[in-house]
This record gives sequence, C-alpha cells and structure tokens, in this order.
Amino acid sequence: MPFHEHALPNGLQIIGETSPSARSIALGFFVRTGSRDETPDVSGVTHFLEHMVFKGTPRRTALDVNRDFDRIGAHYNAFTSEENTVFYAAILPEYLPQSVDILADILRPSLRVEDFDMEKNVIIEEIGMYEDQPMWSAYDHAKRIHFAEHALGNSILGTPGSIRALTREQMHAYFKRRYVAPNITVVAAGNLDWPRLVALVEEHCGDWEKGPVGREGVRETHGSGAFQVMTRDKVTQEHVFLISPGPPAESPLRYAADVLALAVGDDSGSRLYWALVDPGLADSADTSFHDYEGAGSFYTSFSCEPEQTAANLEIVRGVLRDVQQQGISDEELRQAKSKIGSRVVRGSERPMGRMQAIGMCWTYLHQYRTVDEELQAFDAVTLQTIRELLDRYPLDQTTTLALGPLKEINGNGRSKPGRGRSR
Amino acid sequence: MPQDVYQHTFANGLTLLAERMEHVRSAALNFLVPAGCAYDPPAHLGISSVLSDLITRGAGNRDSRALSLALDSLGLDRDESVGSLHMRFWGATLSRNLSAALEIYADILRRPHLPEEEMDAVKALALQDLQGLEDEPRQKLLVELRRRHYPPPLGQDRRGTEEGIESLNATVIREHYRRLFRPRGTILSVAGNIEWEPLRDQVGRLFGDWQGGDEPTLQLGKAPGKREHLAKDTTQTQIGIAYASVPIGHPDYYAAMGAVNVLSGGMSARLFTEVREKRGLCYAVWASYQTYKDRASVICYAGTTNERAQETLDVTLAEIKRLQAGIEPEEVERVQAGLKSSLIMQEESTSARAGTLASDWYYLGRVRTFDEIQAAINSLTSEGIVAHLRRTPPRDFTIVTLGPKTLRIDEE
Repeated sequence: MPFHEHALPNGLQIIGETSPSARSIALGFFVRTGSRDETPDVSGVTHFLEHMVFKGTPRRTALDVNRDFDRIGAHYNAFTSEENTVFYAAILPEYLPQSVDILADILRPSLRVEDFDMEKNVIIEEIGMYEDQPMWSAYDHAKRIHFAEHALGNSILGTPGSIRALTREQMHAYFKRRYVAPNITVVAAGNLDWPRLVALVEEHCGDWEKGPVGREGVRETHGSGAFQVMTRDKVTQEHVFLISPGPPAESPLRYAADVLALAVGDDSGSRLYWALVDPGLADSADTSFHDYEGAGSFYTSFSCEPEQTAANLEIVRGVLRDVQQQGISDEELRQAKSKIGSRVVRGSERPMGRMQAIGMCWTYLHQYRTVDEELQAFDAVTLQTIRELLDRYPLDQTTTLALGPLKEINGNGRSKPGRGRSR
Repeated sequence: MPQDVYQHTFANGLTLLAERMEHVRSAALNFLVPAGCAYDPPAHLGISSVLSDLITRGAGNRDSRALSLALDSLGLDRDESVGSLHMRFWGATLSRNLSAALEIYADILRRPHLPEEEMDAVKALALQDLQGLEDEPRQKLLVELRRRHYPPPLGQDRRGTEEGIESLNATVIREHYRRLFRPRGTILSVAGNIEWEPLRDQVGRLFGDWQGGDEPTLQLGKAPGKREHLAKDTTQTQIGIAYASVPIGHPDYYAAMGAVNVLSGGMSARLFTEVREKRGLCYAVWASYQTYKDRASVICYAGTTNERAQETLDVTLAEIKRLQAGIEPEEVERVQAGLKSSLIMQEESTSARAGTLASDWYYLGRVRTFDEIQAAINSLTSEGIVAHLRRTPPRDFTIVTLGPKTLRIDEE
C-alpha cells in the first residue's frame, strides 16, 4: 500500500496510504491540541470547540453541515483527547471532493453566539451523562489525582461551571492560536486518488493561517502516588483504578508496554483475569497502556462488590508486585504477541483503522510505519525488553482511586474484609 | 458487486454459511445456537448467561486454562453472548488459524465440561453483572423497556434474577445444555480469507454426527404494561419509548427501515435535529429498529438532565408522531446515501459479514445479495414510506423513564 506525504507552504501536512482494493476512503483532520493545552480558566474549551466546529461556518448553518455530510452517506464524527482533536469521515471514493469541502469548511467555524449558547446545554448534558456512569467518573478522578499539576490531568469535558463561564471570545482566541495550519495534518487511507486529494486540500486549506506550534509542560512524570477513596452513596459497586508510570509515545519501549498490558490485564487469559474474574471476585478487571507526548501510563482497574474491595486490592497489588519483580513468563509473552498480531492485522483491514493508526504515528513520531513493520516491532519484544521497561517504569508504583459506597479501605481505616459468596 | 457466498445444510439440520473475502488476511466465525434467554425456565432466570460463561471453562481434553491458552495462542479475539433467542459465539483471527479454532469450538459446543467446582465463581459473576446494571442507568432503562414492551418471555433480560441465579447448580445447567444445544437451528457463519470446500468438509467432520436436544417452544404471555417510572436519584433522566413496527421479511420492511432512518439515521435526521441541535436538550438521542421473525419494534432513547426531561419527552414523542404527516424527498435521498454507504463498507469487515450471513439465514432462510438490497434502497420514496406509516402508525407506546421525578405523558 503506497504511502505519500506533502506539506503546503503554510505548513499544513497531508499524508495518505492508498489501498486500491478498499471500498471506501477514511479521511481525518488531526489538530494537535487537547485538554493538556488549556489554562484553568478555559477548562473544557477544546472539547466544546470540537462541538462548535459542527455548528456552522460563513457558508453553512449547523443543519447544512449535517445535511451535507448525510447527503454523501458519510460516517463521521470527532473526538477530543488530552492532546489531539480529530475530525474524521468514512466515505465512498466518489465523494472525496465533497468531504474535503465540508471538513475544510467547518474547520474554520463561525462560532456564532446563538449556537455557542445553545451548545453549552449539550455539553452540560454530556457531562451529566458521564456523571451517572461511575466507571467513567472513577477514571477521570484517578487521572486527575495521578497527574496532579501535570497538564495531562486536566479534565477533557470541564465542569458545568467552567463551561457556563466560557465566552465566545475565549474560544475564538483559543481557536486562532491552536488551529493554525502547521498544527494540522490531513490524513487519508483507502481507495484514494492521492493527487486529487492534494489538489483539493491545497484549494481549500492553502490560505489557512500560519502560527507558532508546540506545547508547554512536556515532561515525564511517575505520578503522585496518592491513595484516595471517594464516597458515593448512590453507587452500587466499587470502582477502583490504579495508575502506574509508562513510556511516552516516542519511546521504542511502547511495544513492550502494549505486550505487558495484555499479559497483565487483557480480558481473557491474563494475570488479572485468572486472579480476579475467573474466580468471580470481580466483575471485570483490566490493564491498558496509554501513551502521550513525553509521558505514559498503565491504567489498571476493577469493579466489584464493595465488601470484596479491600481483598481485591491486595490481590491486584500482589499481581503488579510479582510482575515487577519477576517479569512475565515465556508463554505469557508468546500468548500476548499472538493476540496483538491478530488485532493489528484486523485493525488494518478497514481504511478507518489505518487512517487513525498512520495519523497518530505521524502526529507523535513524524513517521510512517507499515502493518508489517508494526508486526515486526511487536515480534521483536523479548523478556529482556520487558525487564528494561519494568526497571524504568515500575508497575507497582501506583496512584490509587476508589469510587463507590465505601468510606474507607484498609490503610484509610476499617472496611469489612471480603467474604465468600454466602447469602 | 460480486460476492462469494456459500451455504450447506447438513442432514442433522446444522447450517453452514461462508463468504470468501480475498482482500483480507483475517477470518471471523459466528455460531448462533438456539439457546437464548427466552428459554430460561421461570425458576432459573439467568441460566443461559451462566451457561455461556461455564461452557468455556473446559471442553474436550482441555481444562479451563488450557482451553483459554489454546484460543489465545491462535490470536482469537472472542466473545460469548446471550440474546433473546440465541446464544452467540463469535471469534476472529488470522485466516490461517481459523481451522484450528473450529476444532476447539467443536469441543466447546459438543463436549463442554461444565465443571461443578466452577459453579460458585460463575454464579458470583452473574450476580455482579446483574447488580452492575444499577450503575449503568442507560442499560437499565433499555432492559426495563424491553421487559414491558415485549410479551414474556421475549422481553426477559439475560441477566436473570437473584433468585434465578442462586437456584442454579451443575445438574440443572447440564440438563439445560442437553435440551437446548443441538444442530437443528444452529447456524455457523464464516467470513474472510477462507476456502469453501475444506471448510465444509471440516465442519462436516466436526459436527455432522451431532444429534440430540429437544425442540422447545415458547409460550408467549401478555406484555406487562405500557408505563413505568423507575425512581433513582441521578443527574440525568433516562427516557425510553417503544412501538410496534413490521418484521424483516414483511413487504413493508424497507419502508420501515426508511422511516427509522428519517427519524434517526444521521445527524441531519429528525430526532437529532429537533431534540439536540435546535433545543440542546440531550447529548444522546436516537431511535433504532429491532426485529424478530414475527414482530418488530422501534426503540427510542433520550438521556437528559432532570429539569429538561419533560420537554425532551414531549418533543421526542411529537417528532415520532409527526413523521406520518409527511417526509421530504430530500430526506429520503440522505437516508439512501447512508444505507448505501453502510452496505458497501460492510464488505470490508469479516465480522460484519459473518453476522449478516447468519441473521439473513435465520430470518429469511436465504442470504440477500448486495444487488437485491441496493435495489430495495434505490426504490424507497417518501410516498412509499408515508404510506407504510399510515398502515402501521407509531402508537400504543411503551414508555419507561428512570430518574428522580415522574413525567407527564399526553395520552391521545
């Protein structure tokens, strides 16, 4: 699958991977800005701006935007993370010109005050929706506590208070600063006419403003190591997160990190699965690896009945400690690799999967990597690499957050020890 | 568009379906066994969920760990799930590993250990799954909506009840497995980079001599009732609305799909536009279509902060009722574009194709071709959809809400 790249004079980058046998094209506009780039007074602005991008431009109302996308049968959406805002669409190949037209147009949004004020309600609805999902709440709080003053701990959604206080002018200033051409990459994968794409992007985005790019506070952190219990009487189960340090996105150790996360906490056949889920001690338990610019972390979590929490926490700490001290076995390594290999191949079979993968690789590493190169990199992970990873990023050095009906757990006071299943 | 679809029904009633997809390196398998939660005996509600967990804890000459390791070594991502009428076993991996995976699935389906010593663990998990629903208000709402809208046992949820789960033991589970796991009515579909003849021969060897099971029937009761409010102190109020539609196979099926898509197919559809874009009442609002062989429903959902819940319910109901007053041709064109996109992009996914092969076969007794579906999409018109809505108007709504306060419903 041939790869192409091109940069416009204003600094906007375009990359594409063509696959003539694909039935569709996946197109994405990656803006290198996220919650970590916010100051406290504009908490939630990046995500709110992502919503406002769909609310109209000088030539389109919000309804026009939605209609134009639906008219070409596009599967489209956007997401905001700590570091990136990505707008994407999957389309049939014949609609490439229209999709570039729409995406490029909306990325210069009007931010009309009536739309701004109305959409605040939707953001507040979204915040409310997550409030009612304790697992999400726990994750958000755990991340905030782990990263502490590090900007990666910033809330992506903001709070109803911060959203209500936000002004259109503040959003506009943020937009002008962050949505500059050199901070944006257009990414495409699938049954793609590359010269056509370049011409279309040049036509629609060639006049986008230049401006300085980059971000502050890019540094590693091993996290606060705090232990907090947040009591919520209305919640039925206890939800626990443990966050440990990991390699950043640029690190060659990221492959080992993915392999380790699978071996420790995949939802089948992992250490945590056998220790907690298989015996019925916890409803769910998993470990995943999240990497960012300049920092990384492992997120381990489980949900269970409140009275089982203290015992489960000891078990999880035991697993993390064992792995830290002894690493994983040869068999665990092979098992994790074979799962990852299958997932990488399957993820690459749809243009949207490839588009997201090459877009992120370009954003973080300014590199293009084929599926086979990725498979080789995973294959090259050895027990030695895992040992190196654990020595630099101790898995058992955790920040812990529990959210649920419990008032205390173990060290923080009394909590009933786990019983067997008697009722 | 050329499709390479094959089908064979064995003498014992097992049906094998396959689609060869040349441009991929993976393959997906999908077993539908006629052992869904509607067949849970009233004294043992939750038995099929527990069985779906227990059935992978050892089979053939592998114990639980060995079985898990064997499938993981084949890189098989997998899931066992329980629906109303079927238990589903799904898996996907590199196509060269599919044949080895099938050998193991023959053990799981035909020679599971169902170990007594694991009963406590699987029951504990089932109880936590049931309890966990209290922390997932949207899921809870949809479970309760189904329970009220459909006649029992169609509306009962796979999670069962505490009493049902507590009542289970290995003997009861083994009997349930013996009754329901059988070749007649079981569908295996495979999609990906596979060869048909070796696949058919292998499945014949693994499953051709499979016999047994009973032929249970379902006695449908009366649907419980049309209105319910579940009191819970939450930030958002959950709203669910259900009404009858026509099943797949009915001459009006495509018009019914058209109607649901005008309501909720894309972000320019009626519900998203009126409830979210124009009024900012919700983040999540949608309508979707669910079918059985002999009936179908449209399920509508909205989640909204408590203070706005009344308005959200009123606006959503009004939009549903307003549909039959008229639909613009332009709306139908957008629906057609969306359906065509989905149809074509489905060809890129082995899992999606494996799923569609099985569901087409189950509902229609055949696999629809791409051209047939495309032609049906092309023939949609606004007049045709409105005519369907006049024949089968949205009415007799089942409405369930979950939140701090009850809501007023305009009955008419």
